[in-house]
Amino acid sequence: MLSKSQARTFFLGGTVLSFLVFLGLSWHSLSKEVPKQTHEENLTPEVVRGKHLWDSNNCMGCHTIFGEGAYYAPELTKVVERRGDEYIKAVLKSPIPWSPRGRKMVAYNFSDTEVNDLLAFLKWTGGVDLNGFPPKPKYKTSINN
Amino acid sequence: MKYKSQKVAYWFFALSMLLLSLQLIYGFIMGFAHIGYDNLHDIIPFNTARAVHTNLLVVWLLSGFMGAAYYIIPEEAENELVSVKWAYIQLISLAIVGVIAIVGYHFNYWEGRKFLEIPRPLDWLVVLNVLTFLGLILATLFRGKKKTTTSLVLTMGLVFAALLYLPGMIWFDNQTMDSFFRWWVVHLWVEGVWELIMGGILAFLLIKLTGVDREVIEKWLYVIVGLTFISGILGTGHHYYFIGTPKYWLIIGGIFSAMEPLAFLGMALFAVAMYRKGEKKHPNKIALMWTLGTAILSFVGAGLLGLAHTLPQVNLWTHGTLVTAMHGHLAFWGAYGMIVLAIISYTMPNLTGRKLYDSSKGLLAFWLSNIGMIGMTTAFAAAGVAQVYLNRIMGLDFGDSQNEIQVHFIILILCATLFTIGIAMFIIEFIKYGRPNNETLNNH
Ligand code: HEC
Ligand code: HEM
Ligand code: HEM
Ligand SMILES: [Fe+2]
Repeated sequence: MLSKSQARTFFLGGTVLSFLVFLGLSWHSLSKEVPKQTHEENLTPEVVRGKHLWDSNNCMGCHTIFGEGAYYAPELTKVVERRGDEYIKAVLKSPIPWSPRGRKMVAYNFSDTEVNDLLAFLKWTGGVDLNGFPPKPKYKTSINN
Repeated sequence: MKYKSQKVAYWFFALSMLLLSLQLIYGFIMGFAHIGYDNLHDIIPFNTARAVHTNLLVVWLLSGFMGAAYYIIPEEAENELVSVKWAYIQLISLAIVGVIAIVGYHFNYWEGRKFLEIPRPLDWLVVLNVLTFLGLILATLFRGKKKTTTSLVLTMGLVFAALLYLPGMIWFDNQTMDSFFRWWVVHLWVEGVWELIMGGILAFLLIKLTGVDREVIEKWLYVIVGLTFISGILGTGHHYYFIGTPKYWLIIGGIFSAMEPLAFLGMALFAVAMYRKGEKKHPNKIALMWTLGTAILSFVGAGLLGLAHTLPQVNLWTHGTLVTAMHGHLAFWGAYGMIVLAIISYTMPNLTGRKLYDSSKGLLAFWLSNIGMIGMTTAFAAAGVAQVYLNRIMGLDFGDSQNEIQVHFIILILCATLFTIGIAMFIIEFIKYGRPNNETLNNH
């Protein structure tokens, strides 16, 4: 039968080993692959300011991006491709809550520069290689997530 | 109760119950918003309600864990807490940081990173708070007479949880990097170090409630937390499928996260086996129900419902839908909500000297809250699966698909009402116990 000290060795050994492998893989991903997959060369000052606006207004509290966030409003990873620049500008500039299908967005009434920054951020996310996410719907050709 | 300083635990539990009640209010706000009644939109938009709901959840659980540690560590280490005064300072500062954060969320003061919405300046206060807590616990443990496995596992869980908060405080311009390290906090907490905390509390409860030999219980505790880390650390990969990270995570995350349910299965089998083996003489049956309940429901909510969407082939379709919310609710409730209610149920008679453990209200609280939560999970499941088919597979617009699934949120609200009645009864019992006192010293 397993003894208590063997059980402890299993715990400590397993933990250390798993953690080392995890660190190694994380290092490899972040230093070699992520810069390519996310096109880090495209992280312009606009994109970075856009990300800051995205964070400081907690857009993730209603929307998802890369499939992460809340389930109240549409996934925005490919939104530029889906709706086009002008539509998105209208959404972000709206002085009253944007609400085409019942649910309300916060009326941010953003300035032109802010809108451009957010749009740049959304365009950048649309270009990231997400290993096939969001999947194309099986019964319609447009991306509609 | 053996040591006077264990009374500190009571106030952490009280804070925990207060925050739990507030959390539910914000849950209802979101539930109603999902069926079209977002009348509070101008004051509490959905993103505010959500940040408050999930942050209150995390803080009431942490407050419960801290209370548990302040009760368990002195008893296991056979030593009074090194400073009761500092424990109260820590309690009050925790409450203050919490209040500032929650109020800030109503004024667009936050960071918009799911679960880590607390702005960076406040993060530093959290760090100070947790350091104070850990200092007290570690000093009590190491100056104590005994260092039991149970107390070591619990303490290790608390220390690692604090360390893992730090990667969430780094700034990144790249959304992918940001997300990558966000998971070091969120995933490695709930599917890693928090399981140590849960395991430690569970082992303590089983030792007290079943009377089974400590050596046997603690041996299995090591096996379970070993399984947790071996599967859970590399299992982080199930969050690296679709965020701009390389494809090999699909294989690694898929394989290792599919093994994560083993740790929860271990926990459930372990608790039931120890209960069978034990003498069944302890009078506090309600504490025993919560203890077995947490072991079993954590396997269902985290283990089975996690497994349901953890393979990349499935997750491609369910990622970021209400399917995730289904799993999130039962997992958090079964594993961490219930373990906090279990330790509260066990300690209250010892802290206050009142033996309310065979009241029918206590039983009703258990059954109503659990049936309510299982109902809520089912409603989220139905909504989530329908969303996947309508929006992701058929290609209906997101907003249109949401309007089609509103009916499930009516069911959600009904079940949430049952759940809330159960919690209300638990809190009424908690209040009825009254304040802790010294009458019960050495009488446990
Ligand atoms: C209170 C919730 C909420 C918040 C916060 C929020 N949104 Fe929205 N957003 C919505 C809703 C609801 C819609 C409309 C969805 C529909 O068409 O049914 C929407 C639509 C959009 C759209 C158009 C999407 C589409 O597919 O039609 C974009 C782009 C957008 N929001 C960007 C943002 C950005 C950027 C932020 C943060 C600055 C943000 N939103 C914050 C709720 C929110
Ligand atoms: C008690 C333990 C657990 C808790 C509290 C928990 C909770 C959560 C929460 C809250 C989320 C949403 C996170 C976010 O999007 O920020 C989530 C996601 C996820 N969980 Fe768990 N979980 C637990 C255990 C597990 C286990 C054991 C598995 C696998 C077997 C699992 C599989 C997943 C998957 C695959 C996702 C991603 C869903 C998506 O793609 O949207 N979880 N979990
Ligand atoms: C009154 C009862 C409750 C109601 C009505 C409720 C409702 C909701 C709703 C509507 C959401 C948001 C989903 C979205 O983004 O659209 C949510 C999120 C969440 N709730 Fe609750 N909730 C309740 C109680 C609880 C309890 C008791 C827990 C934990 C034990 C909990 C844990 C969570 C978590 C972890 C999330 C985030 C899920 C995710 O991101 O995947 N909730 N809740
Ligand atoms: Fe996870």
